[in-house]
Amino acid sequence: MSFLKINNLSVDYQMRKETVYAAKNVNIEVNKGEILGLVGESGSGKSTVGNAIINLIDEPGKVSSGSVILGDLNIHENSESIVKYRGNKIGLIFQDPQTSLNPILTVGEQLIETIQTHLKLSKEEAKNKSINLLREVGIKDAEIRFDNYPHQFSGGMRQRVVISLALCCEPELLIADEPTTALDVSIQSQILELIKKLTKERNLAVILITHDMGVIAETADRVAVMKSGNLVEIGETKKILTNPKENYTKSLVSSVPPTNKKISRFVIVEKENNNKKENNIKILNRWSKKEIIKQDLVEIKNLNKSFDDNFFTENSKNSVMAVNDVSFEIKEGESFGLVGESGSGKSTIAKMVVNLFKPTSGDIFFDKVCITKIKQRSELMKFRKQIQMIFQDPYSSLNGRLKVKDIIAEPITLHNPSISNIDLNNYIYDLLESVELTQKSADRYPHEFSGGQRQRISIARALATQPRLLVCDEPTSALDVSIQAQILNLLKDLQEQLNLTILFISHDLPVVRQMCDRIGVLKEGKLCEVSNTEDLFLKPGHEYTRELLRLMSKIESIYN
Amino acid sequence: MVGEETSDEERAELRETLGLMDPIHVQFSRFIVNASKGEFGISYQLRRPVSELIVERLPATIELVVISALIALVTGTLLGVYTGINRKGFLSDFVLAISLLGVSLPTFVIGILFIYLFAVILGILPSFGRGEVVDLGFWTTGFLTVSGLKAIILPSVTLSLFQMTYIIRLVRAEMMEILQTDYIKFARARGIGENSIKYKHALKNGLIPVITIAGINIGTLIAFSIITETVFQWPGMGFLFIQAVQFVDIPIMSAYLVFIAFVFVMINFIVDILYYLIDPRIRVKGDVASG
Repeated sequence: MSFLKINNLSVDYQMRKETVYAAKNVNIEVNKGEILGLVGESGSGKSTVGNAIINLIDEPGKVSSGSVILGDLNIHENSESIVKYRGNKIGLIFQDPQTSLNPILTVGEQLIETIQTHLKLSKEEAKNKSINLLREVGIKDAEIRFDNYPHQFSGGMRQRVVISLALCCEPELLIADEPTTALDVSIQSQILELIKKLTKERNLAVILITHDMGVIAETADRVAVMKSGNLVEIGETKKILTNPKENYTKSLVSSVPPTNKKISRFVIVEKENNNKKENNIKILNRWSKKEIIKQDLVEIKNLNKSFDDNFFTENSKNSVMAVNDVSFEIKEGESFGLVGESGSGKSTIAKMVVNLFKPTSGDIFFDKVCITKIKQRSELMKFRKQIQMIFQDPYSSLNGRLKVKDIIAEPITLHNPSISNIDLNNYIYDLLESVELTQKSADRYPHEFSGGQRQRISIARALATQPRLLVCDEPTSALDVSIQAQILNLLKDLQEQLNLTILFISHDLPVVRQMCDRIGVLKEGKLCEVSNTEDLFLKPGHEYTRELLRLMSKIESIYN
Repeated sequence: MVGEETSDEERAELRETLGLMDPIHVQFSRFIVNASKGEFGISYQLRRPVSELIVERLPATIELVVISALIALVTGTLLGVYTGINRKGFLSDFVLAISLLGVSLPTFVIGILFIYLFAVILGILPSFGRGEVVDLGFWTTGFLTVSGLKAIILPSVTLSLFQMTYIIRLVRAEMMEILQTDYIKFARARGIGENSIKYKHALKNGLIPVITIAGINIGTLIAFSIITETVFQWPGMGFLFIQAVQFVDIPIMSAYLVFIAFVFVMINFIVDILYYLIDPRIRVKGDVASG
């Protein structure tokens, strides 16, 4: 007899014209002491199921049918009584610890209020309980931190506070909705360890909702795969990941970048474009032929960047060294990866390479010319043309008021004002084709496209000036794995055919392994080491690299 | 200041005593020096020291503004919270519709409408003046007499209406936004009661921007009170100012404007301090612990 039983659960959103199912006839069982992974891509309904268990669906959605049985209680019997199980029998953890705590109440006030809502304890008893709990989730000096406000905790610590809040009334079921997605790898592994430990110690039933197959492989006992509101497959983690039955699961698993080897392309099961090779010939014809010489295209020498606090603020002494004496070079035609956790300065370097930031000191040479010392605008434009950037968030990096063709045309006409209209249109169509979008897309607006398609538009825009260097700042971290696989394939193809040089910035080690020839590891603005990709993964030289590699969640861990 | 039959010598002598013959920069520096001592000279029209006149009129304006601010803040916040929580429903729609009137109708029109309705047709409230006032020596108040209390109702409601509608809309928008945030969802998921969520978790966060607006608004209330005081013949500073404008009584005007500027600066200073007390994110700057 399972502890939690979800029977035929459906959630629908009544729209004016139609009813949209966010989840349809989902059947899931979870035992005590077990972690069930719930995976799926965005829009698959995995969070909906998590929220539906405690009937916390935003209007106009509602649980339309099905039952949720916890132990021997049907907690969905009526929608009023569900409130008393929230927090009491069922704890919930949300994705972003930055936003899930009330900023103007102390951690202690929030804990005490929650405890006193459910348990009959005096304020003093509740306080003692809270402090013990904070200690249990690994917060040092719990007595002092009890009176702190959420903003005084770092991201990882805040997530620990969130966990303590979810557990403070000793629930038997814990629902963790992407608990580590907003955190750095090192913190992610700590939080996952904590969840595993608590599951065992408290004999909890846990539903871990995530999109990250690596996390699932390392944490979950069983896994349920969801796609557009339907449960595709459920079973033991090892079975599902190594021997998936359903096509969707197969494609999902194969899109995950492996951590232990380098593959030339991602296998995309669902729809693989076979005529891809021909697509780029058209824009290749336009590309000015370059001699392929294996020499340094980019040289970065003793680069420094510090962000001084404003003159008027009191902490002017705390100037932050975002980039501290970094030197490396990128050869023509090479993919160079920069990895590091948040705050390591990797995006700052990218912005200096494309000349959006001025370095505090140090030089960046592009094709033997020091671009940081150029004063004349016209001189700089020559280099801007050759260096293009792809940004992380495909939603905010495209102007929503411009049609796709205008977005792509802008850099072309900027650098070549005399281009004729017909030529311009043809060029735009060729570019769109090369990123596997149809000609029709040219007349549409960005909001009509999905995240992956938008990122393709960004790539087309970046290619429009026929750059030699493409700076990609986390180009896939806002995308689902299957989309990520497509975009990475596309970047690889483009690089091969157009002989592009790529500076690839990411926090995601498996992705970097697939994409890059050489990798630089950054920590707190300092470059720890630079080495060939395979060397870095097989015999890391620096302490910090070893630490990162040890902590990254590995989908392959399931084979061990 | 001078009558028809004043002789030229007397006029010249008066100009000399008033210092009007001095070069502009001398006059201006004299004004600055005197103003810093709180001396603004003598009113041309009333021939009394301006500071004395201001102090005499100050209580009337302060009482009017304080009452209006209270009405605007309390009613505005209450209605804002109500309409923010019950987004649909007759009462919410009604309040929002009325608030549109409050925003779009100018103060003097509302004042005149009120006078017409409550003083002329119904005859229950006085249409002008402060009623009977009690002199406490340093302060004259209308709060202690029935006629004084009756007299303040119409002007204060008129004056508060614009600010109130503004606050309703602000609080409503804040509440609606905050009720969608993750921490409210997380509080719900922990089983915290609806009342605590709405009035403790959401409202406290929602009031932070209201404080800024309220601070600026009290300044605006004093400024707007010129119109209201004129409509209701309220013997406050605004009324004094309007009369001064009509008689080109420059000492009064300059004193009034300096005073208003001073009040604005003080209010913003107080608001900054309040912020510091209310929002913990500002209070403990640079104290983020590592972890």
